[in-house]
Amino acid sequence: MKLTLRVWRQKGPEDSGAMVGYELDDISPDASFLEMLDVLNEKLIADGEDPVAFDHDCREGICGMCSLVINGTPHGPEQRTTTCQLHMRKFRDGEVIDVEPWRAKAFPVVKDLVVDRSAFDRIIRSGGFISAPTGTAPEAHSVPVPKPDADAAFEAAECIGCGACVAACPNGSAALFLGAKITHLGLMPQGQPERWDRVVGMLDTHDEEGFGGCTNTGECTVACPKGIPLDVIGRLNHDYLKASAGGRKK
Amino acid sequence: MYERITGEDPYKVPMRIYPAVHYTMGGLWVDYDLQSNVPGLFVIGEANFSDHGANRLGASALMQGLADGYFVLPNTIGDYIARTDLAPVQDASVAEAEERVRSQIDRFLSIDGDRSVDSFHRELGHIMWEYCGMERTEEGLRKALELIPALRAEFWTRVKVTGKGEELNQQLEKAGRVADFFELAELMVIDALHRTESCGGHFRAESQDEDGEAKRDDANFAYAAAWEWAGEGEQPVLHKEALEFEYVHPTQRSYK
Ligand code: SF4
Ligand code: FES
Repeated sequence: MKLTLRVWRQKGPEDSGAMVGYELDDISPDASFLEMLDVLNEKLIADGEDPVAFDHDCREGICGMCSLVINGTPHGPEQRTTTCQLHMRKFRDGEVIDVEPWRAKAFPVVKDLVVDRSAFDRIIRSGGFISAPTGTAPEAHSVPVPKPDADAAFEAAECIGCGACVAACPNGSAALFLGAKITHLGLMPQGQPERWDRVVGMLDTHDEEGFGGCTNTGECTVACPKGIPLDVIGRLNHDYLKASAGGRKK
Repeated sequence: MYERITGEDPYKVPMRIYPAVHYTMGGLWVDYDLQSNVPGLFVIGEANFSDHGANRLGASALMQGLADGYFVLPNTIGDYIARTDLAPVQDASVAEAEERVRSQIDRFLSIDGDRSVDSFHRELGHIMWEYCGMERTEEGLRKALELIPALRAEFWTRVKVTGKGEELNQQLEKAGRVADFFELAELMVIDALHRTESCGGHFRAESQDEDGEAKRDDANFAYAAAWEWAGEGEQPVLHKEALEFEYVHPTQRSYK
């Protein structure tokens, strides 16, 4: 395949950055999107240029590292697919493809296509955990979990923390990510002790980090590679209101 | 998922199944407390060798992460911290280590060769796949022991690492890893060469039964091999940790 890429190049956080065009020839339609970028980088290195920096790790859709806005859509055109699992056969020969980083106030660009997503870590640190007695084996049947709850918690637990929901949101809100964590932990009996402090802590950190408010636009769930449903945000709001009414708000 | 990756619908086209390199088996040596031979350095989860070695079955990582985190570490790390005076480390070895890393970075950036880091990574992977993959022979392993040092020598003269040390530099990061991979690859080959039996994921073509199944040699190899680093360019030292089986004994694998 022959492709024209327009890639966001930015030397560092202070640089203003610009789209730069590259021509690629002979790309296999069976290559993944990231493999195509590997080929581009080989070429740039051979030409003595600085290769394009982009995040990736597992390349099998489970770690949440890959993070490219492709033709204006986080993770590209294929539904429920991370960038690393997207293949070039989804594009046309001769196509012009725009590649940009996640763009959000809370995710500053570090270099080229790499953004700093440590704000997510700080949100998790402010409540995205449970306390568990370790050291001995828990009795498997001592804490019954209703099947529908287990299923819904599992669905929410599929969130890989990639941040595509934030990149897709016109407000730069991380409500879907937050909702996924609140639902995942808050539906399980093990998550009850911290339930109310968790939602207050995580949402407050979310706001402090510069993520925007949710206006129910719904772009997030469309971009989400794991199909996290919008109703997790309903649960987030419910728990937050209840915690605030109960005087948990700091 | 299959269709997403291959572009073929498995309801219509037979699935193509192919072995993939997924893990190195084994890991860093630890004691029963999961502490390495460096005091205070605990090696946790899949990075240590304790629960997987010749075989590494699916979900080993999950199982080991949970078992280590749930049962072992809550007792052993706490115990270590409680008994140890954690004074600030002021040792000449810290400065030495830092200096070593710095000079390695400078060395990478100054070579300015004509081959990318990735091209070396790929070639090394190819050597391992050919000679230390699913089927290993003495001849192939010996060949790998010639190819790896030769490629390493080439790496240190021809690699091209772009950019600087004072910025996010993924090429530099990768170069450091590939330099380590040479060491690990060589060790894997040395280990595979010394173990002349077949067992688990290690199939020595010389050691098979009439049906082509892996032939064990428990009289000589019922131990985990712990290799001690003896310094750059030195032959690692073998320590044998005996495997003792009280109730269930290893037997020849048979699918009949
Ligand atoms: S909710 Fe979806 S898009 Fe957002 S971080 Fe989780 S997996 Fe990524
Ligand atoms: S690289 Fe891990 S999800 Fe894409």
